[in-house]
Amino acid sequence: MSAIIDVSGVSKSFGGVKANTDISMTVEEGGITGLIGPNGSGKTTLFNSIVGYHPVDGGSIRFEGQEISKMLVPEIARLGLLRTFQQTRIYGEMNCVENMLISLPHRKLSIWDAFRRNTSEDRERAEHLLDFVGLFEKRWLQASSLSFGQQKLLEFAMALMNEPTVLLLDEPTAGINPTLINGLIDRLRRANTEFSITLFIIEHNMRVIMNMADTIYCLAHGQMLASGKPEEIQDDQRVIDAYLGAH
Amino acid sequence: MTKNTLLYAVLVAATVAAPFLFPSYTAFLATLWLFIIVALTWDMTGGQMGYNSLGNIFFYGTGMYTGAVIAIGLYFPVGEWTDASRSEVFSVTASQYYTGMIIGIPGAGLFCGLCAFIIGPLFFGLRGPYFAIGTLGLAIAAGEIVSNIEWLGGGQGISMPHSPLHPDFEKVLIYFLYAGLGVVLFGFLRWFYSTRFGAAINAIRDDEEKAEAMGIHTLRYKTITWAISAVFVGMAGAISAFQLIHFEPLETAYQTINLGIFMVVCVLLGGKGTLWGPVIGAVLFHVFKEVTWNYILGGQWVALGLLIVIIVVFFQDGLMGYLKHVRPGWFGIKVDTKGATS
Ligand SMILES: Nc1ncnc2c1ncn2[C@@H]1O[C@H](COP(=O)(O)OP(=O)(O)OP(=O)(O)O)[C@@H](O)[C@H]1O
Ligand SMILES: [Mg+2]
Repeated sequence: MSAIIDVSGVSKSFGGVKANTDISMTVEEGGITGLIGPNGSGKTTLFNSIVGYHPVDGGSIRFEGQEISKMLVPEIARLGLLRTFQQTRIYGEMNCVENMLISLPHRKLSIWDAFRRNTSEDRERAEHLLDFVGLFEKRWLQASSLSFGQQKLLEFAMALMNEPTVLLLDEPTAGINPTLINGLIDRLRRANTEFSITLFIIEHNMRVIMNMADTIYCLAHGQMLASGKPEEIQDDQRVIDAYLGAH
Repeated sequence: MTKNTLLYAVLVAATVAAPFLFPSYTAFLATLWLFIIVALTWDMTGGQMGYNSLGNIFFYGTGMYTGAVIAIGLYFPVGEWTDASRSEVFSVTASQYYTGMIIGIPGAGLFCGLCAFIIGPLFFGLRGPYFAIGTLGLAIAAGEIVSNIEWLGGGQGISMPHSPLHPDFEKVLIYFLYAGLGVVLFGFLRWFYSTRFGAAINAIRDDEEKAEAMGIHTLRYKTITWAISAVFVGMAGAISAFQLIHFEPLETAYQTINLGIFMVVCVLLGGKGTLWGPVIGAVLFHVFKEVTWNYILGGQWVALGLLIVIIVVFFQDGLMGYLKHVRPGWFGIKVDTKGATS
């Protein structure tokens, strides 16, 4: 295995708030990497830095060996490095199928392809993936009429439609009914194995992340506190302290 | 499908027959088509893409001037023509007139499309109200600038070459130019909105940040869409130039408070972001305008203001939006259990 994302010495502050300080970490190709940390510890900020949402104050971010810290959001997305949002973002006035179809990988579409209609294979794939996340029956409903959890699932399906190499998921199980979480874990695993998408997941649900990830990083106060295998992180006194607020 | 084909066949037949069946309404119907064109093109960015432009009238005015400059400039020095300020000084043959029309109208469209292509990247850095005000500023500034260019006739404007046709026939010609452009535009949009391109601008409307995060070429799609709409508005402007015989910059060409606002009202009335909404809105608005302008003399602007207030307060989604709300099934919104595997 090799590092597909390589973050080194990245810092980002907002006014006086140091959201990320000198962060270095890697995401291994083909694996599932976890990112945990208390609220406000800078997890989403790190995601935003990686996908080019804001310029970083310093440091370097490489994707497949290429420096991407100066690139724009859509350019990075077209490299195959995709993210979902903590607040969940879908196209509200379009139905689920339309949401899926517009998520086709645009790095593979030329300007002339844009002037074509979607093919029947595109539609089949869209419906197949909606079925995969359990939204098939709702496929003709306006996306804004779905519940928050359903929108989360739709956003996940849209990301799969885009055929990314790496997918950054910001709290994929937040707002999902606890009885459905096992099903979602299963789908995330299958996205990793069957579709061979490298996953990098922010998650507050310890059971979920300990279950899935090969490597976990823990942030606290914008700094990298610890990293290692799930069992190491679980027993790390610094991590426990950070979560209990004894830091 | 066949029901649709029949509907369109009837509409096209009615469009062709109208000026012969109701000759006294030819001018009214010509203006109706102009409203349909500017409403449909406004909706391309305003309704389908979520960028409310208040400056599309810029392309209308620029189209007028470009059409005029081409029609005149093909055969005469424009500066001398406008200086004479009476087109009678120069005599224009029939073939010169028609050539000017045939080249001037598409030429105006192309020039306006090019303008949108160049200024698009500048304006699409602005979002929401800033885009609206920015584009309005563009139209106002353009009117002021043009009225100071003597070569274009300054504040006096331009007189167009005289038509070789009898006024009654000229009216019919103008009607068919507008109607033809409108039909082509409608057919184009029907196809355009069904492509991935159409879906991409809808995505930009719903959540542009998400669209960027999904790798959509947002700026490219926005600029091309605006440029296409500018081509059609520019051509409509050039047709208006031929229709009006004489026009001046502030009240006619860059008429921000008249046509510039009417096009937005038409779309709001019929329903933003739908294919038929702008067409239906244009019909309703044009009838409303004719009635109030003719029968409530002096009160027409008050009536128009009231109409806008009523739409904005009670019917924000327009007629089509209202129908979608009460009859979602007509728009294919349904729970569908057929064929599910899980
Ligand atoms: N755009 C911004 N402007 C100003 N401050 C910001 C911005 N984004 C994040 N911050 C600040 O940076 C810090 C880290 O925020 P971040 O969203 O990265 O935390 P997080 O680890 O994702 O938290 P949570 O678990 O609650 O999602 C917080 O103090 C936050 O207020
Ligand atoms: Mg967060």
